[in-house]
Amino acid sequence: MAALRFTKDHEWVRLDGDFAVIGITDYAQTQLGDVVYVELPEIGRRLEQGKAAAVVESVKAASDVFAPVSGEVAEANEVLAADPAKVNSDPMGEGWFLKVRLADPKELDALMDEATYRHFIEEQP
Amino acid sequence: MPAQATASLKQTPLYRLHKSLGARMVPFAGYEMPLQYPSGILAEHLHTRAQAGLFDVSHMGQLRISGVDPAGAIETLVPGDIRGLGAQRMRYTLLLNEAGGILDDLIVTRLQSTLFVVVNAATTDRDFCHLRDRLGPALTIDRLDDRALLALQGPMAAAVLERLAPGTAQLPFMTAAETTLDGRSCLITRSGYTGEDGFEISLPAAGAPALTERLLAEPEVRPIGLGARDSLRLEAGLCLYGHDIDETTTPVEADLNWTIGRRRLEESNFPGAAIILRQMAQGPARKRVGIRPEGRAPAREGAAIVDLAGGEIGRITSGGFGPSVGAPVAMGYVGAAHAGEGTLVALSVRGTARPAHIAALPFVPHRYHRSHPNPPPSPFPQSPGQARGGKG
Repeated sequence: MAALRFTKDHEWVRLDGDFAVIGITDYAQTQLGDVVYVELPEIGRRLEQGKAAAVVESVKAASDVFAPVSGEVAEANEVLAADPAKVNSDPMGEGWFLKVRLADPKELDALMDEATYRHFIEEQP
Repeated sequence: MPAQATASLKQTPLYRLHKSLGARMVPFAGYEMPLQYPSGILAEHLHTRAQAGLFDVSHMGQLRISGVDPAGAIETLVPGDIRGLGAQRMRYTLLLNEAGGILDDLIVTRLQSTLFVVVNAATTDRDFCHLRDRLGPALTIDRLDDRALLALQGPMAAAVLERLAPGTAQLPFMTAAETTLDGRSCLITRSGYTGEDGFEISLPAAGAPALTERLLAEPEVRPIGLGARDSLRLEAGLCLYGHDIDETTTPVEADLNWTIGRRRLEESNFPGAAIILRQMAQGPARKRVGIRPEGRAPAREGAAIVDLAGGEIGRITSGGFGPSVGAPVAMGYVGAAHAGEGTLVALSVRGTARPAHIAALPFVPHRYHRSHPNPPPSPFPQSPGQARGGKG
């Protein structure tokens, strides 16, 4: 099982060799509500950890999605253009956002593991 | 989402019921209100258009104006024909300032000897002071803060209410009836703010939770939050005060000329009449229009509207995703030269110019209840100017 890490902004990142797959958590999609549009960065763009990488829009509002790790965008989930509701129905699977070529694997150390993240969301208001 | 202090927020009589139904509560106009229930905004919106949705709109201000000729008195502050309203008839109108700017939009219902007025939640205090100060000592303004207000909206609303109060399904659009509902005295109006057929029900706060539960027990009825209320009214092309209209917009700019009564135009004795008449004669410099973004990206309030040369021609005042349209929809103001239906524009969303065009309002046809049982097809294109629902 590949390592799974989480941010306090409710993004997840799954390590896949030199690449990292990025999405938003089930908690995040529940908070957002029905997702109607996802804006993804173009292939090749350099992302910086903690900086805005994508935008997810629900019926009521637009929210930034922050890059959990730095790296170059290698792939964007084309499925979300036609079916953004996948973010709600399968946020950790088919509803993934991006695949990036990881710049510095050490950045993952600063993120939460699954048990820590679970504890973190239990403390959310 | 920034955390907001909830300590100072007011609650409606249905607060506990909202919580028990699993609502996500948010601050709105000084109240803690349900944004959505567990089924979500999309499902709530579509359910209202398909069956019947129940909205708590108790945060809105309910006022009673009594005394000497209340209809004549309020006409000094609004452009609508209020004196011409028959008993139990109601009208959407606007409180105007001396420059013709809109202080609030409101519904005025003429009862036996009084006027029953519903105003926006955020402007209730200001409206109350405005009315009290301007109408003078011959009139009494009462705040009906001990009353709740429910809105039952959707194509099945009439069938549901008929079960509880026989006869209500016959009530014509924009008409009121004082009646008994599940054993409680209510003021029922055939009105609403979703573009659908429906009712608003005003009743004493103490009876509101039980009546709400009684209505929710009907199979067609589901509770609907503020999120879907906003997307429903946007698709119906209806203005949200403080966003699509405010003190800096006139009824002419807002494409609300139809709210100005014919007699009132001839008399020209409402606030800002000179400015409004001039705008009607010459055409306003800018106008509220519907906008359809191409593609799926919604354009939100505040987004710049630019012409094909890239020059700013206006701003979005309401925008989002229209669940019944199945695409993003918006309203905003543009210069008169660009207000024609079909005009190509671009919307600046996060620094990117996205193509869009000016579109007819409403985005979804109004389905208000007309007294004619089988109305012939209208030869006129539907516009918000034809008729206007209540405020719930």
